[in-house]
Amino acid sequence: MSLVLKGGRVIDRSGERALDVEIGDDGRIAAVGIGLSGDLDLDASGCVVSAGFVDLHTHLREPGQEEAETIETGARGGSLGGYTALVAMPNTDPATDCVAVVDQVRNLGRRTTCEVIPSAAMTVGREGVDMAPMGELVDAGVGIFTDDGTGLQDPRLMRRVMEYSTGLAGRLGRRVVLAQHCEVSALSAGGFMHEGEWSSRLGIPGQPAEAEELMVMRDIALVRLTGAHMHFQHLSTASSVAMVRGAKAAGLPVTAEATTHHFTLTDAACASYDPVFKVHPPLRTDTDVAAVKEGLADGTIDAVATDHAPHAPHAKERPFDQAPPGMLGLETAFALTLGESGLDLPEVLAVLSWRPAAIAGVADRHGADVEPGAPANLCVVDPDETWTVSGAAMASRSLNTPYEGRSLRGRVRHTIRSGEAVVVDGEARR
Amino acid sequence: MSFDTAARRLSADTVAFAAGSSSLSKGESLRDTIEVVGSYGADLLVVRHPMAGTAHQIAGWTDAAVVNAGDGCHEHPTQAMLDCYTLREKRGSLDGMRIAIVGDVRHSRVARSNVLAFTALGAEVVLVGPATLIPPAVDGWPVTVAHELDPLLGDLDAVYLLRMQRERITEGLVPSMREFAADFGLTADRTSRLRDDALILHPGPTNPGVEISAEATADPRSVILDQVANGVSVRMAVLFLLLGSGRSPSGDAGPEASQPSGREPGVPQ
Repeated sequence: MSLVLKGGRVIDRSGERALDVEIGDDGRIAAVGIGLSGDLDLDASGCVVSAGFVDLHTHLREPGQEEAETIETGARGGSLGGYTALVAMPNTDPATDCVAVVDQVRNLGRRTTCEVIPSAAMTVGREGVDMAPMGELVDAGVGIFTDDGTGLQDPRLMRRVMEYSTGLAGRLGRRVVLAQHCEVSALSAGGFMHEGEWSSRLGIPGQPAEAEELMVMRDIALVRLTGAHMHFQHLSTASSVAMVRGAKAAGLPVTAEATTHHFTLTDAACASYDPVFKVHPPLRTDTDVAAVKEGLADGTIDAVATDHAPHAPHAKERPFDQAPPGMLGLETAFALTLGESGLDLPEVLAVLSWRPAAIAGVADRHGADVEPGAPANLCVVDPDETWTVSGAAMASRSLNTPYEGRSLRGRVRHTIRSGEAVVVDGEARR
Repeated sequence: MSFDTAARRLSADTVAFAAGSSSLSKGESLRDTIEVVGSYGADLLVVRHPMAGTAHQIAGWTDAAVVNAGDGCHEHPTQAMLDCYTLREKRGSLDGMRIAIVGDVRHSRVARSNVLAFTALGAEVVLVGPATLIPPAVDGWPVTVAHELDPLLGDLDAVYLLRMQRERITEGLVPSMREFAADFGLTADRTSRLRDDALILHPGPTNPGVEISAEATADPRSVILDQVANGVSVRMAVLFLLLGSGRSPSGDAGPEASQPSGREPGVPQ
């Protein structure tokens, strides 16, 4: 059965043009042109047809915390957000630090509406003490390693992991990516929001920006030493962005992501004491938000990631200090990036699709140009539709969106995953 | 204890509920606990909690009136009210007073409420303590900051000592209680250098020999026991306005406490 996306504007790396897109039974684009028709036509008028989005930073919570999210519900939310691939973070229970858990995550992912790309921990149990079996994991197809949720504190072990990763490129067939959650825990411990004027006023213990910046600084130095590829997760401070800008100018193999919340919200939101605004790294100041946007504008920051971090409602019904950090992001990322990043539409698609696809090593199947023969991992977005955010209406098992009740402009109309229409007219099909 | 005494004098029934002995330690969420307490028919909850914002959060979960009796390092509003009451009782007005708040300001909910209250009533406030015990980024607060107490002593209308906790040593914020007491304690010598009309305040309980000496506590200028006595009266007034007077203190219906304050940091209201 053929499927045609009809009447839209295609935007990809080669530019923008009005085209219908026909998708064949083999899950690939069969033809592009004007006046195409298939067994099923999906209306794309007024919309943009793009390669599907790729999230470098998703917490799917399975195995271990299925009350907050499952791989199935997370992937459904991803599809509703225009994503066709999600990089699953390894802070599961048990941690994704061995081939058995990687296989479990990948197999559960196969039944869902997104490609689920397991990342694996750099250290056993994400404990920062012993190196995880990185060779075995690379042989199982893992290309991204991270202890996300915490940074790897020990600089000596970090150096070893970086050196070791450079020797695995041949087995993987491409460079191994190490992704760091930059946070020196000795400086951040006991802090629950950004340390500054608001934390002092609110009496919530803060963590200084320098807790993030010291690890960014250390890892740039270690990249210079080892030549490993370091991807900086969720950059949130002005100095972090400046240091990564400098590292790129020096030709070091570093990439970086920013989350939607770090360029749309500030620490002032914590004045409500609502733990929905508690996140790591914490919401920062207006100056930091401006620096993150500048980093996106000049390419210092390669990709927008969600750090989608579901938490069951009761977990967030606790005092700010005790509540777990994290917020939902998959279903709001496109609208927020379009509306608040300062990027124009083609750049928005770049930071959501083809740039993260290249970092994740999946550019052969995600983020490709829309042309015959390319894998049909696509989304159709309406840049003008306005809608109201509702956690209860989202696919996630959790409700912790910090944008509840906000009116956003820009919505995903259809999502195509390997040729299958998994979202049609903004509704998940399965 | 002060709230309990105030409630009993107004012939209210009270039930004390401590987290350690309750279902909170069995994994029940705070919201569940509040709903259970509410189902006993409580008209008013007096909340003291080690974490900032808890009373505000609880006010959103219950129809009962909620009084913040201290939330973490954030605020202790009735303490500020009784301190202002005590200062006005002794001096008539806070307008133009110069008040030093001395010691562990960083971790003090009393200090945060008093900065707002004293400055709102026209006093000038100076925060005094080692740099590690002054909150980060206080530039926006309507106060000045000093790291030496001695040069200020002869120029103060009131000196407000904060309770110093031993944990600050193990956290590496000050080297020792001895050094803290030597630099910032209200010793007998420093007491003698205060003006004759200066007032000495402390929220209690004191650590004799640390932030305040026995001589300072017993000095005629000390109003520490007046603070305790006034605490009961002020808390009776708070309870009466919320429950007994038949009118809302804001003049309209509805639980005022559940509204987010939305106030800017450092801007007194």
